[in-house]
Amino acid sequence: MIAAALDVTPGWYLVLGSLLFSIGAYGLLIRRNPLVMFMCVELMLNAVTLTFVTFSRMLEDTGGQSIVVFVLVVAAAEVVVGLAIIVALLRKRPDATADDVALLEG
Amino acid sequence: MLDAVWLIPALPLAGFLVLLAFGRRLGEPGAGWLATLMCAGSFIATLVVFGGLLGEPSEDRHFVQILFEWIPVGRLHVDVGFLADPLSITMALFITGVGALIHLYAIGYMHGDPGFPRFFVYMNLFIFSMLMLVLGNNLVLTFLGWEGVGACSYFLISFWFGDEANASAGKKAFITNRIGDWGFMLAIFLSFAAAGTVDYLALNEGAGGVAAITMTAIGALLFVGAIGKSAQIPLFIWLPDAMAGPTPVSALIHAATMVTAGVFLMTRVNPILAAGYDWVPDVIAWVGVITAFFAATIAISQNDIKKVLAYSTVSQLGYMFLAVGVGAYTAAIFHMITHAFFKALLFLGAGSVIHGVGGDQDMRHMGGLRKWMPITFATFIVGWLSIAGVPPFSGFWSKDEILLSAWASPGAQGKVLWFIGLVTALITAYYMSRQVYMVFFGENRALEDHEPVAVAAGEESSDGPPVAAVASDAGGHGHGAAAHGEPHESPWVMTLPLVVLAILATIGGGLNLPFGDSMHFLEHWLEPVVGENELQIDTSGAVQAGLIVVAVLTALVGILLAARVYLQHRAKAREPEVLAHAYYYDESVTAFVGGPGTRFFAGVAWFDTHIIDGAVNGVAHVVSGFGRGLRHVQSGFVRTYALGVATGVVVVLGYFLTRIRF
Repeated sequence: MIAAALDVTPGWYLVLGSLLFSIGAYGLLIRRNPLVMFMCVELMLNAVTLTFVTFSRMLEDTGGQSIVVFVLVVAAAEVVVGLAIIVALLRKRPDATADDVALLEG
Repeated sequence: MLDAVWLIPALPLAGFLVLLAFGRRLGEPGAGWLATLMCAGSFIATLVVFGGLLGEPSEDRHFVQILFEWIPVGRLHVDVGFLADPLSITMALFITGVGALIHLYAIGYMHGDPGFPRFFVYMNLFIFSMLMLVLGNNLVLTFLGWEGVGACSYFLISFWFGDEANASAGKKAFITNRIGDWGFMLAIFLSFAAAGTVDYLALNEGAGGVAAITMTAIGALLFVGAIGKSAQIPLFIWLPDAMAGPTPVSALIHAATMVTAGVFLMTRVNPILAAGYDWVPDVIAWVGVITAFFAATIAISQNDIKKVLAYSTVSQLGYMFLAVGVGAYTAAIFHMITHAFFKALLFLGAGSVIHGVGGDQDMRHMGGLRKWMPITFATFIVGWLSIAGVPPFSGFWSKDEILLSAWASPGAQGKVLWFIGLVTALITAYYMSRQVYMVFFGENRALEDHEPVAVAAGEESSDGPPVAAVASDAGGHGHGAAAHGEPHESPWVMTLPLVVLAILATIGGGLNLPFGDSMHFLEHWLEPVVGENELQIDTSGAVQAGLIVVAVLTALVGILLAARVYLQHRAKAREPEVLAHAYYYDESVTAFVGGPGTRFFAGVAWFDTHIIDGAVNGVAHVVSGFGRGLRHVQSGFVRTYALGVATGVVVVLGYFLTRIRF
């Protein structure tokens, strides 16, 4: 059976989560397009939620899954604010990068 | 009935607030009558509480009414609460009683003054503060009242602030009192630090449990506060200048009530004094008796009718501290009460005289006033005999008890204290007789000089001196009286308080008569408060009688000496210049503070700006410099921040990895 050969253990999910997180973090650090950076943040968030669910399953504790709900709610709120800012920014200057909005310096 | 205790300070407070808001609209004399009524109402409330206390058995005669918690901070709990016990109610009785009489008097005295409503605002505020001072159940509340009366004293001394001298006299009183307040504040801090409480009952009860050295320090510091407020050496200089205020103020604040606050405070904390070392009471007794003596000598050469009384007040307060020092608390309170009667009477009488002659205060311009002012004269005579110590007037009994207590206090020190006190009594009789003879007897020196002008000028021209008066060779004096016309008796609102106070000054001695234990009313009444630490007098009856005879003879000698000089003019008046200048103490202080002292004060100011402020500003400077350096981290580039977060995560993870034990 393929299933026997391809035994999907929780470890896979953890590896996937860390990969997704690393991609997100890497993207956030090297890209300048605000929209792409924003997507990278979302990627990291989802990587973390995936890890939460995995651990929840491993430890048979529903706490992890309930955290996911919180993360979803917060992420939704964050998307609203973040996208609004990005849209406003790009509407003003279509070619703006994240480094252009550096007025709030010390 | 005891629950009414909150009413005692509440009524003057209400009067103050109403007058503050509507005083100008009430005008004259409405504002004065309202203030007087509030004060009289407070007196009635005090009487009610007094009746309530009388109904209790002697050992249960203390009642605490907590209104609310004022300062709850950590271990420190300060309530706004009133302690009604024999001591505080005795004080409250004469504060409100004499206060109401003086309010009534002031309606007449302040007649026509543009600041009439403002005067009564301050007066009611003063009565309120004074009642908080005596009724407060803890040191902090007493301190609140203490500062309140100080502020009112300042307002009222500089009441006629248009005149520079009055304004600076007020400032002088305020600043001098600050030195005393410093001691009081330290005492509060220390008692909280050492005993964990500022409540009188707890403090007095726990006095024995705290180290004697601490109690000594608290007692000494409280005495520093008392020195300032009660004008003892070396801080007495403000009281004579305080006479710049209107005369009712001098009578109420600077004779009868506020200046006795120090004596009250010492009596209130008598267990603390008892728990400390003996040198504190000794110092109190010596400061008291020396002040009494020196102030009395100064009074000999004063020519201002109020200054004589001011130095006399300082001197009498010295007697009270002498009594406190030797442990005769009852005698101190007794003298405080009789002094409130006769000194308020004398001040009000002096005010009546000043009012009658048109504002002149120089006794050299007076004389023979008994013809024009019969009521003032008769009542003033009562006050004079009382303070001079002629039986059966009240001052005799209380002063005699203080002298007896000094005699009975242990060791040779007691006899020395007694002797100085006796000499002071002689001087007191002398200078008071001098005043009476100069003011009321002989010929009127103002009218003598300016008879034609006086008749012609009439009352209206008192603000513009007649040319003749100025041109005359009268040494620059007298135009006030001369322009005023003939002296006249004061209106009934002024003479009525005089008569009432004269009656009180006559019979006040009945509070505590030395004939057998059953006549010691005040002593038994105050026993729950001071009984344990009261000096036990074991002098035999014969010696006591001898002391009384000596005291009476002393008073008579003083009066006769003064009569020889000022009535019969058979001896030349000896009024040494050094006494007229109060031993140049004032001048010395001025010279020091304005001269070499400035360098010292400049040093203190330098220390304050450079070291104290320097430390505070230095801390701020370091912090802001640090922030200025760190500010560059905030570049505004989102990716830099993200890198910072990522680096932080790596570092934290790395740290945890090294700590993992598999």
